Amino acid sequence: MLDLLWLVVALPLAGFAGLALLGPLLSRRAVSAVGVGSVGAAMVVALAAAWTFIERHPGHGAWVQPLWQWMHVGSLDVSLSLCLDELSLVMMLVITVVGFFIHVYSIGYMAGDEDYSRFLAYMNLFVALMLLLALADNLVALYLGWEGVGLCSYLLIGFWYRDAANGRAARKAFIVTRVGDAGLIVGLLLIFAYLGTLNIQDVLVRAPAQWAAGGALATTAAALLLAGAVGKSAQLPLQVWLPDAMAGPTPVSALIHAATMVTAGVYLIARMNGLFVLAPAVMTLVSVIGAATLVIAGFSAATQRDIKRVIAYSTISQIGYMFLALGVGAWAAGIFHVVTHAFFKSLLFLGAGVLIHAVGGEQDLFEMGGLRRALPTTFWAFLIAAGALAGLPPTGGFTSKEAIVYFASFSPQSHWLLLAAALLGVFLTGLYTFRMVFLAFMGPPRHEHPHRAPASMVWPLAVLALGCLATAALDWPADLGGRAVFSDFLDRVLPPAASLPVGQWTVPALQIAGVALSLAGIAVAWVITRPARVAGGSAAGLRRFWLAGWGFDWLYQKAVVRPLLWVVWMDRHDPVDRVYTGLARSAAAGHRAMARAQSGQIAWYALAIAAGAVIVMTIMVVLS
Amino acid sequence: MIAAIPMEHALLLSATLMALGLVGVLVRRNILFVLLSIEIMLNAAGVAFVAAGSGWNQTDGEVMFIFILAMAASEVAVGLALLFQFRKLFGTLDTRAAATMKG
Repeated sequence: MLDLLWLVVALPLAGFAGLALLGPLLSRRAVSAVGVGSVGAAMVVALAAAWTFIERHPGHGAWVQPLWQWMHVGSLDVSLSLCLDELSLVMMLVITVVGFFIHVYSIGYMAGDEDYSRFLAYMNLFVALMLLLALADNLVALYLGWEGVGLCSYLLIGFWYRDAANGRAARKAFIVTRVGDAGLIVGLLLIFAYLGTLNIQDVLVRAPAQWAAGGALATTAAALLLAGAVGKSAQLPLQVWLPDAMAGPTPVSALIHAATMVTAGVYLIARMNGLFVLAPAVMTLVSVIGAATLVIAGFSAATQRDIKRVIAYSTISQIGYMFLALGVGAWAAGIFHVVTHAFFKSLLFLGAGVLIHAVGGEQDLFEMGGLRRALPTTFWAFLIAAGALAGLPPTGGFTSKEAIVYFASFSPQSHWLLLAAALLGVFLTGLYTFRMVFLAFMGPPRHEHPHRAPASMVWPLAVLALGCLATAALDWPADLGGRAVFSDFLDRVLPPAASLPVGQWTVPALQIAGVALSLAGIAVAWVITRPARVAGGSAAGLRRFWLAGWGFDWLYQKAVVRPLLWVVWMDRHDPVDRVYTGLARSAAAGHRAMARAQSGQIAWYALAIAAGAVIVMTIMVVLS
Repeated sequence: MIAAIPMEHALLLSATLMALGLVGVLVRRNILFVLLSIEIMLNAAGVAFVAAGSGWNQTDGEVMFIFILAMAASEVAVGLALLFQFRKLFGTLDTRAAATMKG
């Protein structure tokens, strides 16, 4: 079964090719069958491959499927191979399973769109490239997937391109992530220059052998990779693109900007764990970036009016948790948060899509309200996802968040400030999550007859809600009678987490503290969303500052965009440009001269032929 | 066998015919007369071939003339068809009307 691993990537790619070439010719039903079927088939193959892999005796290491040699220049040897190990297996399953249900959902969500086949084609391409990113055993192939998903993100944010604002949001996302990607490519070149290989396994073997721990080279390489991860995962200071990326259709937000692509940075750090362990300073930086991001984005999420922007800031905040976990050495906990987050956050986005659909395209939370009775399935699914996001038992979110808080308290790499940020984040998460729930579902109904969503949009919600609960079965705190199936599985490839001194009461105490803080946040949310207070909801002072995402957009506009535009304006008569415009002008002048000879008078043409013949013959006679 | 015509005379005739034909192509505006002038130029080439063939006692010249005759016949067929189309399209036989490809 493992031999069919290549199909996991090839099937969505074939779906993309089919839809891109034949999409406009196919009926809507056939487009759905190809677009959703390809990802469904990939999911089946991925599940079968994962089953075979887990069935094998543990300790066999990674399973590599060489596909073909990509390039071979000098000592640079890049072969395209797929590598299945515990880490890439988890990512592969998240991408295919969550991706499949989001595809099913988009059948209903995009039903009325004229560019339905283009949408599914991009989505299929995204899934294929994301799987390539996850399964690549080579940093070059990983980079191909990395840039490819960035391209798909750009295409899908700007999917409704007739609105210029969507195009602007797409360009912003692309350019801001490119800032980080520039660091990533320099990091890859540095690794190749000093280690002589770009194969991930070889890099992880050679780096500790050749580079001193804490040395300049290891630190620089890890910091450059971190720059790429920060851009892709929307962390400080490159987080500004993600809230604007909500301009895309909601399934795109769920798939790309919540479940998969934005966690690619977390995956990259976990994948290159051996390199990051060599650079303790960078590890500290990772945790500091994560902690700062999670708090800043948490405050912003608590003030947004647009439901999708609330969830977008929440995503930034939750990825901050993942970075914090990785930074303090809680590798498995960070990846487990990727998994639980993929389920509950995509569910929140899909639920938000149903809400927006129900109230006729309105995204303002204050225009919703009282939708509990009209949309019961959505309400319960949304509530489960919100509970998971707030870290309440019995969801998977509880385990993953508690594990991160636990490591933030006791890990030797941690600091009390990091723990304080994590706990403040728990409170904020409860606050903004349930503020959204109360505003959307509670209170007096504002809409007489909300639109009912089609079945294809509702049952993915139910499945993903089950997923939110089922992930708890993978990992459940030991003191509550659970087992760490997932962590043990992942610990085979990740560096071992520090064994922490655990007293009898510390773990339950932390769990109680976490849940209590979360409930406190929910209580505050309940108070501030009382109808009497909501009425006078004008943003002022600090709230306006948070609403604008801490002024980062303003800062970048002043500090980066304006100076750049000024330089462009100063250089509007670029001397290099003149060479090329001169070339174009001389070509145009030549064209005009030649066009004059084209008189349209047949006698002139005959004369030209005769004269030419006479001249040629004269030359021949004279020369012979 | 009649007295041999000097080759110079034959070539002179050929050149005269060719010049007449060329002038006809250049100055005539009626497309029918342009076609006739082209026929004259073909015949000029034929005379030159025959004269050269008989002058050097090679039959190649006569063979080429047969080819030219066949070619001229088919050229007339095509040319007259074009003439009809021309008349249909522009409503005239004046070649100046066909200046639609002016650059």
